[in-house]
Amino acid sequence: MKLSDSREIGADPATVWAAILNPEVLKECIPGCESMTGSIETGYEAAVVQKVGPVKAHFTGIVQLTDIVEGRSLRISGEGKGGVAGFAKGGANVTLEPIPSGTRLSYDVEASVGGKIAQLGSRIIDGFARKMADDFFTRFQKAVEDPVEEEPAAAGTETAMDGEEKQRGWFKRLIGG
Amino acid sequence: MPKDHGIGASSKRREDVRFLTGKGVYTDDLALHGEVHAVMVRSTVAHGSIKAVGTARAAGMPGVLAVFTGEDFAAVGGNPAGWLINSRDGTPMREPKRPVLAHGKVRHVGDAYAAVVAETYEQARDAAQAVSDDSEITELPAIVDMAAAVANPGNRVHDEIPDNLCFDWGWIEDNRAAVDAAIKAAPHVTTLELVNNRLVPNAMEPRASIGEYFPGTGDYKLTTTSQNPHLTRLLIAAFVMGIPENKLQVVAPDVGGGFGSKIYHYGEEAVVLAAAKKLARPVRWTAERSESFLSDAHGRDHVTKIELACEKDGTFIAFRTETLANVGAYLSNFSTATPTFLHGTLMAGPYKVPNVYVNVKTVFTNTAPVDAYRGAGRPEATFSLERVVDKMCRELGLDPFEVRRKNLITKDMFPYTTPVGLAYDTGDYQATLDKAIAMADVAGFEARRAASAAKGKLRGMGLSTWIEACGIAPSHLVGVLGSRVGLYDAATVRVNATGSISVMTGAHSHGQGHETVFAQIVADKLGIPESSVEIVHGDTAKIPFGMGSYGSRSLAVCGVAMAKAVDKIIAKGKKIAAHMLEAAEGDITFEDGKFAVAGTDKAKTFGEIAFSAYVPHNYPLETLEPGLEETSFYDPANFTYPAGAYLCEVEVDAETGKVDIAAFRCADDFGNIMNPMIVEGQVHGGVGQGIGQALLENTHYDENGQLLTGSFMDYAMPRADDVPFYNVDYSCQTPCTHNPLGVKGCGEAGAIGSPPAVVNAVIDALHRGGHSHVTHIDMPVSPSRVWSAING
Repeated sequence: MKLSDSREIGADPATVWAAILNPEVLKECIPGCESMTGSIETGYEAAVVQKVGPVKAHFTGIVQLTDIVEGRSLRISGEGKGGVAGFAKGGANVTLEPIPSGTRLSYDVEASVGGKIAQLGSRIIDGFARKMADDFFTRFQKAVEDPVEEEPAAAGTETAMDGEEKQRGWFKRLIGG
Repeated sequence: MPKDHGIGASSKRREDVRFLTGKGVYTDDLALHGEVHAVMVRSTVAHGSIKAVGTARAAGMPGVLAVFTGEDFAAVGGNPAGWLINSRDGTPMREPKRPVLAHGKVRHVGDAYAAVVAETYEQARDAAQAVSDDSEITELPAIVDMAAAVANPGNRVHDEIPDNLCFDWGWIEDNRAAVDAAIKAAPHVTTLELVNNRLVPNAMEPRASIGEYFPGTGDYKLTTTSQNPHLTRLLIAAFVMGIPENKLQVVAPDVGGGFGSKIYHYGEEAVVLAAAKKLARPVRWTAERSESFLSDAHGRDHVTKIELACEKDGTFIAFRTETLANVGAYLSNFSTATPTFLHGTLMAGPYKVPNVYVNVKTVFTNTAPVDAYRGAGRPEATFSLERVVDKMCRELGLDPFEVRRKNLITKDMFPYTTPVGLAYDTGDYQATLDKAIAMADVAGFEARRAASAAKGKLRGMGLSTWIEACGIAPSHLVGVLGSRVGLYDAATVRVNATGSISVMTGAHSHGQGHETVFAQIVADKLGIPESSVEIVHGDTAKIPFGMGSYGSRSLAVCGVAMAKAVDKIIAKGKKIAAHMLEAAEGDITFEDGKFAVAGTDKAKTFGEIAFSAYVPHNYPLETLEPGLEETSFYDPANFTYPAGAYLCEVEVDAETGKVDIAAFRCADDFGNIMNPMIVEGQVHGGVGQGIGQALLENTHYDENGQLLTGSFMDYAMPRADDVPFYNVDYSCQTPCTHNPLGVKGCGEAGAIGSPPAVVNAVIDALHRGGHSHVTHIDMPVSPSRVWSAING
């Protein structure tokens, strides 16, 4: 399955680029990621829990950043083995370009699955992959963008905020602070 | 007044009492003392190189008793193909080894490369997950598409087979030049390219096996879901494991449907036997439904180009076919016979066509093995023929009824030898065609069409005049054709001392109703109640060496063996009676259960003779052995040739493409009928499966060899509201000329004759509805395909 999309991020390309290369950001942005270790050079070992249709599985695998064109584009690819549940693998070619409001991040994603996941979940794989990519880049966007713009204005709303909300903009704060 | 017992009566199926009340005993129902559980570790990739099978961690997990890999079975034999086919150039087929567990490479998703045995099922599953996690299998490019497999010799399912071709078969090669010339010279040639869709058998009961080993005697016992326990034992003994046949008992208890998929020996059976020996404990394995989808032998999967050459008036001149037949990753036991001798030999159909040539290239792919499935090759032949005949009629503006009538072999032409090597012994194809037309009220079709049109539906009518060769069959013939086994069958009739009867049959009943109908035959011949006869089947320790149930052979082969054994009982009974009645043997008659001296009132009942045979106080011991038990092996002189005409009416919703079967009429000639109710049930089931193939079922592998239709969510089985009320007739009877019961077999007929009738009806509806650009739609004729065809 293949999909392409883009989104506009309210931060300059250098900030966005730094975030992509930051393993903490990657870990937070991969949905279901429980742990991630390694480096850009060696690739990251990741453990991910995901539910694809009726199949819930622990995946272990490698996440790699390749085809790096400094500040401009790279490829994020991953392959996760879920044992008897099967496997999932895929990649995204990511391109950054400056726009007046910040950065346009464009991505072309391709993904495939095998084993029981394909056997039982093929009907929903396209939707699943789209959701995974959406989640990833939404989290990424939230991590990068200015916390001030996103922070709820009124006090006392904290109880309504989930964990994701609280993380908004943390990367910006990190590198900005 | 219909008969209420014996041959020809609709005796109720005695086995249904236990099946319908939950009292059947299937393999998985057996609980054995000390039993342990096996779970297979299956490949998640379609094609891969096995770098390492990680067993160490699994072996140390709680409850784990043993972990097996392909290495453990490297020294034992492979699971063989039962038929040796030669290519057109005379070279023998390529027969790669099919190991018990994959070794070196995995070749389809679901290919088992390891097996874990543990105290509990859950422990075995956990350990199987560990083996899967710890194994290293490098994925290789998958070979899925048959044409690409042949065209791309660099990518190989089996490294030693460069073009992925098992064989390139011509039938009959000597016909080829004449057929080519006839087609070239013909006034009209219709060409049709079609796909016969791959099917998953989906028996209600998944495969299951229990292995036992008895250290005290060195005996093995395998309880398994088999249609033919002796054949399974033979394969395990002679080819795979080398266990002497006398040390291996194979039991197939109640089996919940087979449809072909349980003919074959599978690797799991060898695994549970090997594990049972190693651990000296019973080892059980039952497939999950997901495993069944991945690892049961699938059916069909042909891609065919057929050409029909004819005169302008529709008189057939020649048929020529080119087929790619998928055998999947390995050769299952009957996989080489199915696309060849169960397919090419039927390509003349019921027609007097002088020239026929069939070419079949059989291709290895990274998919589950493909083998015989209800009909096995004959549905593929029938579909190709009946579809191309219909297309020709449209091209020439001819009436499909009249074209078939003109070309059908007529009653006075039997025995009829076809150009593809069969000799049809008897039949009356005009009679079944006339019957179907009468049943369907063809004259009233136009009014029904108008009524459908008023509802906004397109109505169409489709015909199929089909024939099959079944009751497989004569060993001398199948031997010439490449079979590595004989195909006789056997029965032992044991008259007990008190006059009741146990009949041990080589045929296995897994839904067919043998326990009822075989008892009817014996009871009828001996003039005793059906309830006095018990049918024993499915245990190599009890039954004579028969070849099992498939190819609509149980009645026509094993049933005849049983009838012949009963004849021997009667002959011996006459000798005993002659002694007891002090008469000449030649003067003894046997009728209605009584041995009598002709022309007198001196008689002995069957029970008295039986008692005398076992309590031989007044008995001719000097010339006659005591006891009353006879065995007969029967090897028929020919196949049997059931035939018929099926008429399907459909309503098509042009807005959605949905097809509904409005009516389905079957006029069959099965020869003599033993139990009409069971015959009707067999036809209903077969037509149901044929409608499933025609409208619903499809097996789809993606380009990576992943099975995307691997559950009942994605693989559409026919349900009650998908099938119509069937009108079934079997009154056109031309008894088989070469077996004494005059029977032909009815188990596969419905699945053979029905798919083209359905598709022909859909095309007819579209044409009548003004969509005359649609010349063919591949099965399954799903709403999206119909809609696309209409709007394409």
